[in-house]
Amino acid sequence: MELTELTIKQAHEGLKNKQFSSKELTLAYLENIKKTDKELNAFLTVTEDLAISQAEKVDEKIKKGEEINLLEGIPCAIKDAILVEGQKCTAASKILENYVAPYDATVVKKLKEQGAVILGKTNLDEFAMGGSGENSAFGPAKNPHDKTRVAGGSSSGSAASVAANEACFALGSDTGGSIRLPSSFCGVVGLKPTYGAVSRYGLIAFGSSLDQIGPITKNVEDAKIVFKAISGKDPLDATSVDLEKFKNYKNLKISNLRIGVPKEYFVKGIDKEVEKIIKNVIKKAEDAGAEIIEISLPSVEFALACYYIIAPSEASANLARFDGIKYGLSAPAENLLDVYLKSKGRGFGAEVKRRIMIGTYTLSSGYYDAYYKKAQEVRSLIKKDFKEAFVPPEAGSRCGGKKVDLIFCPVSPCPGIKIGEKTDDPLSMYLMDIYTVSVNLAGLPAISLPAGKAGSLPVGLQIIGNHFAESKILAIASELEKLLK
Amino acid sequence: MISKEEVKHIAKLARLELTEAEITKMQKDLSAILDYFNLLKKADTGQHPVLTKSQHWVFPESNNLRKDEAIPQKREVVEKIIQSAPDKKDDYIKVKNIL
Repeated sequence: MELTELTIKQAHEGLKNKQFSSKELTLAYLENIKKTDKELNAFLTVTEDLAISQAEKVDEKIKKGEEINLLEGIPCAIKDAILVEGQKCTAASKILENYVAPYDATVVKKLKEQGAVILGKTNLDEFAMGGSGENSAFGPAKNPHDKTRVAGGSSSGSAASVAANEACFALGSDTGGSIRLPSSFCGVVGLKPTYGAVSRYGLIAFGSSLDQIGPITKNVEDAKIVFKAISGKDPLDATSVDLEKFKNYKNLKISNLRIGVPKEYFVKGIDKEVEKIIKNVIKKAEDAGAEIIEISLPSVEFALACYYIIAPSEASANLARFDGIKYGLSAPAENLLDVYLKSKGRGFGAEVKRRIMIGTYTLSSGYYDAYYKKAQEVRSLIKKDFKEAFVPPEAGSRCGGKKVDLIFCPVSPCPGIKIGEKTDDPLSMYLMDIYTVSVNLAGLPAISLPAGKAGSLPVGLQIIGNHFAESKILAIASELEKLLK
Repeated sequence: MISKEEVKHIAKLARLELTEAEITKMQKDLSAILDYFNLLKKADTGQHPVLTKSQHWVFPESNNLRKDEAIPQKREVVEKIIQSAPDKKDDYIKVKNIL
């Protein structure tokens, strides 16, 4: 087995038993990046010097016979919307092309403290806005399974790098599906944690009531390791919460699980192959003893419209800071207004401009009530739908009625699309997010688990849990992973 | 269909300079997207009056507001932040005339 094919746990064992050094492991990944990334375009920056110096430090520790953490000496990749001190952070935008991060994001600080090795910064849709990765100002990351297709977005490079063995694991961020969608397209595991489970300090903000950082990994066990390493309360993100009080569902088994299947998610528009693969997994879970319950989420039909008002509204406020004054591209101009107009006009790409325009429109006086306020009301309906579907946390493992432990559905209505297939029609691109955005609106955790292939293209199963039920999702995903092998 | 004038007005509010070609494309795209938003009219939100501001948070209990005060930073961080400004003098960020 190649070094770069190892999971976190396997690589950790190898390091501990001195079968190879962290430097050897790191160099193997750097070699892979050099070999394949010219074509794949998963990385925007390779932080070779940083990676090697981090790896050497870990090797010193091992040489001295010191204990090492699970993540110590393990090479990873970071989405280029998350700050790594002293390295460029572009958000795949011309406006931040030469921006150097002045500090570490909390998640990066945590990974560094635990000894993880940072290989580089990965490609994304500009400012994390997109479902295909094609909105990057530096060209799309390609799908390792078929290079004529997209890797999925917005964490395109993070998912592609893990799938192509260019990194052992990666961090992504998910505002409306940006971890799950590329994980589904690239055939890797991607976890979008509960809103508040992971600090966003140092993540370039897109939709602040939706954004969440999470792991993209080769298997479920690795996702669990990385999630544990990055989660928890952070005084620098007021929305982050302490996870200590949340239950561990280690003993949860498929055999005593109640799985909800939303009837609204299996209607026209879904690719036949995708539907077959997801239904097959549900059948396997049923054969393993799970109770399958058809549920209804009547308001999810509004989720996409609701999301595409709320996310751009928040983005239009968050992106106002890129004004040519404090950092980033600054267009030469005579007066302040022209600095704003020209810097934004030249710095932002088409999709970012479109979202700023949508958000500005829906927040403008005269339209606020019809769009933004209405969307917030609909958001509360969507939250209510999920709340009513799940077993309440205080009810423990059993409660009456038709309440479910987890929800199973597709991540995306289709497998990875062709590069260029939907770029001329933004609305058809947005429709790819139909199964992912409601999770962010409700602040829930969800995973994309490789469930099968449509031809050569991977298809992900989405498992959605109640707030802070990550350990429940991970326990069941881990069991399913074995069943699907 | 929204008008070109509306597109220009919104772009001005957003401090976004758009070319003529961008305005034409934006008019088409925004019209299609705003049409799609009409779907929300079907949603019966009558029983659920708009939430108060604090309830907008996913978890009201985690709505931790801090005092609005300056938090001292290390000199090196301050220097790095000033360094990233396109136009600066000493410890100040320079801004163009507003008149």
